[in-house]
Amino acid sequence: MSGFWTLVMRDLLLAAREGGATGTALGFYLIVIALMPLGLGPDMQLLSRIAPGVLWIGLLLAALLSLGRMFDTDQDDGVLEILATGPLPLELVAAAKALAHWISTCVPLAILAPVLGLLLNLELTAYPILVGTVLAGSPAISFLGSIGAALTLRSRRGGLLIALLVLPLYIPTLIFGISAISAVVTPPGSLEASLLLLSAITIASLVIGPIAAAAALRAQLG
Amino acid sequence: MADEDRIVPDPALRPGLAVEQLAVERGGRRVIADLSFTVAAGEALLLTGPNGAGKTTLLKTIAGFLSPVSGRISLGRAADDQPLAEQAHYIGHLNGVRATLTVAENARFWAQYLGGREERIPPALERFGLASLTGIPAGYLSAGQKRRLALARLLLVPRPLWLLDEPSSSLDARSTAVLAGVLDEHIAGGGIVLAATHLALGLARSRELRLGFAAGQA
Repeated sequence: MSGFWTLVMRDLLLAAREGGATGTALGFYLIVIALMPLGLGPDMQLLSRIAPGVLWIGLLLAALLSLGRMFDTDQDDGVLEILATGPLPLELVAAAKALAHWISTCVPLAILAPVLGLLLNLELTAYPILVGTVLAGSPAISFLGSIGAALTLRSRRGGLLIALLVLPLYIPTLIFGISAISAVVTPPGSLEASLLLLSAITIASLVIGPIAAAAALRAQLG
Repeated sequence: MADEDRIVPDPALRPGLAVEQLAVERGGRRVIADLSFTVAAGEALLLTGPNGAGKTTLLKTIAGFLSPVSGRISLGRAADDQPLAEQAHYIGHLNGVRATLTVAENARFWAQYLGGREERIPPALERFGLASLTGIPAGYLSAGQKRRLALARLLLVPRPLWLLDEPSSSLDARSTAVLAGVLDEHIAGGGIVLAATHLALGLARSRELRLGFAAGQA
């Protein structure tokens, strides 16, 4: 198991040192959300009604930006070959990389989300739920995203392809993430049921993501 | 009778690499067909042959990156349940060196990830003449220095089988001699070296396997 944490810590060190991934995701999220009131006009009630959906969709797109780099740079400089000859199964390699992506991208986005909620006149009661749902739901973004990242490893400029492959997989997370917030903002609706389903999707993705990503990596190694 | 209880260090009983009737395809083309050979423990086998003869393909297949169409590859006793990839060092065309990590950080990551001890890092870097460069990001190294850093990986974690793809590429004469010394020591210690090379490595003792084009291919 030490190899797992070694890999997670290395990826976090690289994310901090190379910088680009986290900063780009945060900047993109900020700009997309800031554009919404400009495009839709200053109708506070409308903004507050669509805020949960806009915040979640923006977050999905922002997290997608750095997915392409999950295995790409390691493939380019040959580190992937070392990872494949290590004692760690490729499933855990994929899981470690997805975990590092979640910590370096999704957690900062979850912290930024309530700040951006202000721009969209999100109701005050919804802020803790927003952060909670994002933290509970976003591991699925990283772990399901690792499948797309592994599949598009060999295709140059695979960034858009990842979005096409992976965004449909995010639909359940999106639906229950938004419905949890809506349950608080515009009752009726069950917050508990939505949160439980959101967590169930996340837990399933923790298992499915690494297994599928490892299968894709094996096919691409040669 | 007592002799039978003792473990006999007979070279024939130590694990060797056996490749039996191997066939590998790449992009629908059969690159390796019906290849069989064995390398005993304490032996170096140099793979030679023209470009496209399948040297890299063979090394990648043994490392487990490619699945053969047919055939068997085994290291030592059949009962050994450790996968071959975990008993082998593979050093391919790419060095596996991350440009933004320093020399020491790259080495520490390999040692920790591959399950080696960190005390081995300084002597390994020293051996390949990188001791004075430990704090420098690997991206600033020259091609030869990056290659030496990759080769230092061989000394970080002890593994019996070394799969080397053009190990001496971009090395100067002095570094090539260091590499030859390291390989000779590994062989003397009962290790196995399988190296694809166009250049003479200057090993004390080695066999050569010349790969040609597979039957039916021009």
